[in-house]
Amino acid sequence: MTTYYTEDHEWITVDGDTATVGITAHAAEQLGDVVFVELPDSGKAVSQGDDMAVVESVKAASEVYAPVDGEVVDTNGDLEDAPATVNEDAAGKGWFVKLKLSNPSQLEALMDEAGYKAHIA
Amino acid sequence: MTTDTIDKTALHALHIELGGKMVPFAGYDMPVQYPLGIMGEHKHTRTKAGLFDVSHMGQARYVGDEAALEALMPVDLAALGQGEQKYSMLLNDQGGIRDDLMLSRPDGNGVFLVVNAAMKHEDLDLIEAATAGKGILTRINDRALLALQGPEAKDVMARLCPDACKMIFMQCGVFEMDGVEVYISRSGYTGEDGFEISIPEANAVQIAKLLLEQDEVEPIGLGARDSLRLEAGLCLYGHDMDTSRTPVEASLIWAMAKTRRERGDFPGAAIIKQQIEDKTCQKRVGLSLSGAPAREGAEIATKDGRIIGRVTSGGFGPTINGPVAMGYVDREYFQPGTEVDLIVRGRARPATVVKMPVVPNNFYRG
Repeated sequence: MTTYYTEDHEWITVDGDTATVGITAHAAEQLGDVVFVELPDSGKAVSQGDDMAVVESVKAASEVYAPVDGEVVDTNGDLEDAPATVNEDAAGKGWFVKLKLSNPSQLEALMDEAGYKAHIA
Repeated sequence: MTTDTIDKTALHALHIELGGKMVPFAGYDMPVQYPLGIMGEHKHTRTKAGLFDVSHMGQARYVGDEAALEALMPVDLAALGQGEQKYSMLLNDQGGIRDDLMLSRPDGNGVFLVVNAAMKHEDLDLIEAATAGKGILTRINDRALLALQGPEAKDVMARLCPDACKMIFMQCGVFEMDGVEVYISRSGYTGEDGFEISIPEANAVQIAKLLLEQDEVEPIGLGARDSLRLEAGLCLYGHDMDTSRTPVEASLIWAMAKTRRERGDFPGAAIIKQQIEDKTCQKRVGLSLSGAPAREGAEIATKDGRIIGRVTSGGFGPTINGPVAMGYVDREYFQPGTEVDLIVRGRARPATVVKMPVVPNNFYRG
């Protein structure tokens, strides 16, 4: 499995033709306490850069964008009762969405971990 | 605004030392939160005691003909005794709210005023012009202002300034704390019991550090200040009220002295009187909803999609553990229990009109 990163602080971990998407710990820390997450419906088709989900802190709502083209096949229901999971484990249990990728070559243009660390430095 | 020209309060270096996340607010570099975070700071204030730096607000003293000062607001200064504080609003000729403010008599020397940071220059210019030749307005630029709020604030003050604990809500006075002469009022912006403390700038860090040393006390940023006041049903000037709203629309008739309403001798008095009689104007209400918070600007609609108002403040309430909002609706919809929709990200979300505050107030009334 490989994890890629976007400039908008999403991570995408790819396993074959499906991928799990979340926001980075850096993004979660910048947001502060997450109080609500609005997730898309399963079956929704997204294009790279589309609004895909919304993550809300006490003070503001932030968009989470689709890192690549695909179809939403699963969403993290745990976040409904426990939105703070995003702050506790942004890279793991705080995942947002699983996508079936329709254009995996888009991954090549995303950053790897080293690239992302440099991006936020 | 660059950080070179932004203003700083006397506690600026202390905020940085405490790990404050600094943001610009009303021309000042202020802490929106500390490492505890907005949720933690909010909950701490409602269970223990939170310390807020509100030195960016405007403090002033007026000495002279009080009729000239009173003329700008529906306040009864003859009924403001020594040791008392009142909440009022500066109004324009349409009855529109220019700002809300506190007026008090901590000592026998005229009226002590506290106005909002964002409006302080306009407010004090207005007062100075209106009272020219009748009294002296002194802008106080050498005092800090701290707020200690929460159920355990009184326990802290019992140790550091026991005389202040004799006050009830909306009383004030001059006291000594740690050898420093301070003005204290028993009031605040959180809905909790608490004290607002005006301190000579040279002693501000000393008093702040003394308060922060107390076990009950944590520093609280502007983020939690906003979520606390929202749960407490308190207006934020520039959002829940502005010159386009009268006190009648803002559901603040209680804040206008009955004697002044009877005399009708303040700006916009006739319009306000008509609004009270007609009962047709929009009203500020609380809104309860679940799921995604509705924030400032969200439209309020009837169940069949007709727009009847707008959210003016909204966010998440850590104490109620859910969204909380306030806004204005057409008069027909302002009764608590009325079901409405709030339009958030293009979708209608069900909400109910509720009485404010959504968290009960804990003002100390003796």
